[in-house]
Amino acid sequence: MELLEVKNLSKHYKSFDLMDISFTLPRGYIMGYVGPNGSGKTTTLNLITGIVKCSDGEVYIDGHTCKEDVKTYREQIGYVGDESYFPDNFTAKNIRLALKDFYTTFSEEKFNAFLQKWNLPEKKQVKDFSRGMKVMLMFASVLSRDTKLLILDEATNGLDPVMRMEILRLLQEYVMDGQRSVIFSTHILSDLEQIADYIYFIDQGRTILHDAKDEIIESFLLVKGESGAIPPALKRELIGLEENAYGFEAILPSGRAELLGNAFLVEKPNIDDIVIHFIKNRENGNRI
Amino acid sequence: MKIIISNQSELPIYAQIREQLKEQMLNGRIPEGTTLPSIRQLAKETGVSVITTTRAYSELEAEGFIATMQGKGSVVLPTDNKLLREQYLLRIEEGLSTAIDTAKAMGMSREELTGIFHNLMDA
Repeated sequence: MELLEVKNLSKHYKSFDLMDISFTLPRGYIMGYVGPNGSGKTTTLNLITGIVKCSDGEVYIDGHTCKEDVKTYREQIGYVGDESYFPDNFTAKNIRLALKDFYTTFSEEKFNAFLQKWNLPEKKQVKDFSRGMKVMLMFASVLSRDTKLLILDEATNGLDPVMRMEILRLLQEYVMDGQRSVIFSTHILSDLEQIADYIYFIDQGRTILHDAKDEIIESFLLVKGESGAIPPALKRELIGLEENAYGFEAILPSGRAELLGNAFLVEKPNIDDIVIHFIKNRENGNRI
Repeated sequence: MKIIISNQSELPIYAQIREQLKEQMLNGRIPEGTTLPSIRQLAKETGVSVITTTRAYSELEAEGFIATMQGKGSVVLPTDNKLLREQYLLRIEEGLSTAIDTAKAMGMSREELTGIFHNLMDA
């Protein structure tokens, strides 16, 4: 049984539909949930945590749905969001007391150790914390409990590179024993790309790509060259053609590499390149 | 044991790990009988995904460089000298072919090219 199983998840809003999201995340692996702003990443994660009710579909964590026993279900999840979810006038001390009451597995010792490690003050109110301190406080609170699934919604936005690196290590440590998994959403992967085992890419509430990251990267080539020089047979296969006065850039399915010849610069794309060109492709009026 | 991952390399990360480990097993820096770090340990240390290191190890296993045993980890197997010779021979041929292609492209004569070769050998 996989740790996280998402089955045909849909959510209908007046102006937005999240359509038929399905995937499994095995124990001990990290998934990056990517897509542009407003593509449905947060909606999906909120459906997984169970704060939002889905219109259709089912989510299982360790074989159990949210409906069976909400408290047990939530205890398995550690959630870190884009914004601090602690009351503004709370201090780390207040938070410790609240968590102790709320979660059966919360460890004061672990929490205190994290506060010390990341230089988080005991008596300062959360509203006076920097963005980075707020994020680390959220991490301290979730890592002090026994959880199985870490859900991060744009948690590394606006953090400096040193802190992002620290979080990257935290996530790898979290999955180290092969029992716990991480799903994180982001609109810029950059440094997080390296540690992701799987990528789920959505746009406008629909699945665009979903596979092991290494497979996705190998499925595409990043092609650059002179605009006028693209043969029609190649042009039809290019995804997200972006042209300027001096050249073009696009991605091409690796299986079509024979169309390239020697006239173009071919590079290994990263996930961000692939995302950008798929979005561009949609903007160009093409459907995949 | 040394592993350096380059983001500029055209080689995928799993292949970079595979090649670097292979090289060190072939030149004896990682001797036979060594137990390699676990797949998860290596992923964490190098900051890459578990799927990536899994692939590097399973390809090394398929090529006969390591054997993975349940509970014991991945152990470096004795390298066959013939295999080692072949690997190096292949690399020499590749290097020389590049030089020959370049020389041909600029119309250099066989004598000039072998001249360079001898000069470099004596250097």
